[in-house]
Amino acid sequence: MSVTKYESQLREPLVNGNKTYGQVTHDIVHTIEAKPTRLWYIGFYISVALLMFGAYSVYREVVYGIGQWNVNRTIGWGWDITNFVWWVGIGHAGTLISAILLLFRQGWRTGVNRAAEAMTIFAVMCAGQFPIFHMGRVWMAFFTLPYPNTRGPLWPNFNSPLLWDVFAISTYFTVSLLFWYSGLLPDFATIRDRAKTKLRKRLYGLASFGWSGSTKHWQRHESLSLVLAGLSTPLVLSVHTIVSFDFATSVVPGWHTTIFPPYFVAGAIFSGFAMVQTLMLILRKVMGLQDYITLGHIEAMNKVIVLTGSIVGCAYLTELFMAWYSQVPFEQDIFFKYRIAGPYGWSYWLMMTCNVISPQLFWSRKLRRNVLFTFIMSIVVNIGMWFERFVIIVSSLYRDYLPSSWSIYYRPTIWEIGFYVGTFGLFFTCFFLFAKYFPVIAIAEIKYVLKTNGESFKNEMAELESKNVDEFVHEMHHDHHEEGTVKVAHH
Amino acid sequence: MALKKFVVGCFEDEKVLFPAVEKVRKAGYKFHDIYTPFPVHGLDKAMGLRDTSIHTAGFLFGMIGTTTAVTFMTWVFTKDWPVNIGGKPNFALPAWIPITFELTVLCAAVGMVLTFCYICQLAPFLKRHHFHPRATDDLFVMVIECSEKANEEELKSFLGSVGAQEVNTQVAEEGWWIGKYDEEQELYKEPNIA
Repeated sequence: MSVTKYESQLREPLVNGNKTYGQVTHDIVHTIEAKPTRLWYIGFYISVALLMFGAYSVYREVVYGIGQWNVNRTIGWGWDITNFVWWVGIGHAGTLISAILLLFRQGWRTGVNRAAEAMTIFAVMCAGQFPIFHMGRVWMAFFTLPYPNTRGPLWPNFNSPLLWDVFAISTYFTVSLLFWYSGLLPDFATIRDRAKTKLRKRLYGLASFGWSGSTKHWQRHESLSLVLAGLSTPLVLSVHTIVSFDFATSVVPGWHTTIFPPYFVAGAIFSGFAMVQTLMLILRKVMGLQDYITLGHIEAMNKVIVLTGSIVGCAYLTELFMAWYSQVPFEQDIFFKYRIAGPYGWSYWLMMTCNVISPQLFWSRKLRRNVLFTFIMSIVVNIGMWFERFVIIVSSLYRDYLPSSWSIYYRPTIWEIGFYVGTFGLFFTCFFLFAKYFPVIAIAEIKYVLKTNGESFKNEMAELESKNVDEFVHEMHHDHHEEGTVKVAHH
Repeated sequence: MALKKFVVGCFEDEKVLFPAVEKVRKAGYKFHDIYTPFPVHGLDKAMGLRDTSIHTAGFLFGMIGTTTAVTFMTWVFTKDWPVNIGGKPNFALPAWIPITFELTVLCAAVGMVLTFCYICQLAPFLKRHHFHPRATDDLFVMVIECSEKANEEELKSFLGSVGAQEVNTQVAEEGWWIGKYDEEQELYKEPNIA
């Protein structure tokens, strides 16, 4: 036998069950070819119902104005920007998985990258709604773009972090979409070539752009993916950095800190991975993909969660320390009187519990590999991360420099909540359609790792390791002569 | 439409494919292409393809983005409509870094994907002849064009001898045409999945 790559036995196989290429295709594509299940319909209709409620809430906001919400002159950002930052944060995991882990050559990304990228795109779509509708007169939203106009032309202020956001979010959405779709081309071609009905053949033929699998095309495709990953890596870090600039460049106590960019990026990855876990655990169960999204994958993501959760915890403590150390009375008041105590103290401690304390349980390997525990934790983390944004926005705004504008209490109206619920509807409607009509696992990428990280390969390796060295060398030598071009990796 | 005659050999295993590629090259035949369901590393080198330079396109498009962003913002703030913002400099380069960066990435990514689609000739509504439906599933499909030097029968027996499981001849259009995938094409039949 010949060895093309040696893979340590300490690493778990990325694909369980001794699969062949054909089986991989079948396992992933057969749910697309089958009729949707009853469970799918129930989930889909609930999502659409939520979306409808959201659409009605937004309709009221557009028709009657921002007064439909309970935001006021002091707490002007309220739930709206909290939700925006929350969704954008969630939208970070997909690109992190597909881009940064690709550059770091993390093989386990192949099982989860497609769905995580889809999640990214849908989350960014949801996030974008909030600042757009927060403008109040949404039909003027295009004023943020620098286009030649009849008002001078009057240009937007390129020095403003809010405009940076427009560029960052739209670029992030476009690049993520391109990255995702270019990866989908070969998989759409796979579905096209398996199609048993004319409609399916036509639609997937259209979507696959006529992909053939030519070696030259693959070579370019790989180069394209690598460069897009290289571009997306700083991009994903820049997006949440710029979102944090919205806060950090203002002179508001509790916001005006240099720690914000790394702290926000870590928080984004943290919440993004939690959302990936929530979706993956359901997906692997419902679609029977346990062989592709293995416990090893879940554990790897939990490790990222405990790492980023700890970074976020450090940031919280650093903030408190800096507030004290700075000796600025406003900073001290915000943190020690109005954030960890006061009428919103409960949200701070909820955030601390969910984000800092509970993820520490993932230091235990047993819990990292426990599916139910991971699922619960993924939801806890996302609740915690929502409250983090709520704490930052509301607790810094309800006590201003000007006591006359102090606001005692802020509660969202039903339409503010409805808008948030509506984005859940949008997100899950898209995700259900994705799960039904798109290959949820990158088929070609799984096939690529199958022979080097699949279970059958691991078994071959185990056999090899138990062999006598002389015997092995002799066999290799013989092999080398016979096959010529196959490279032998020595170890 | 220029129809050409091709000999097609299908391989099930990379371990058979690589030595076969070597033997085909040694015998002096020229590949039309090898269609694979996933990127097989080293196959391009084995076939003697040169490296792609698509990343250069990405770099050039990125530079276009950088230049556009910097020159445009400079023009707006120093020439077209200078605004006195608290006496701060109009040419505020550090504050433009985020937009410059975003535009660089945007142009590089969009430009590269369009370049990729153009050089690979990929687009919706384009149709190609696919030599084997399982080329996107689990087969490595080697295609060699028949010519004066490469006789059909000779090629067929040669491909069989180097390990191709299935060998046939197809007369097909070489490039793409505008069409739909459901027309004049066989629909898939279930293979035996163990």
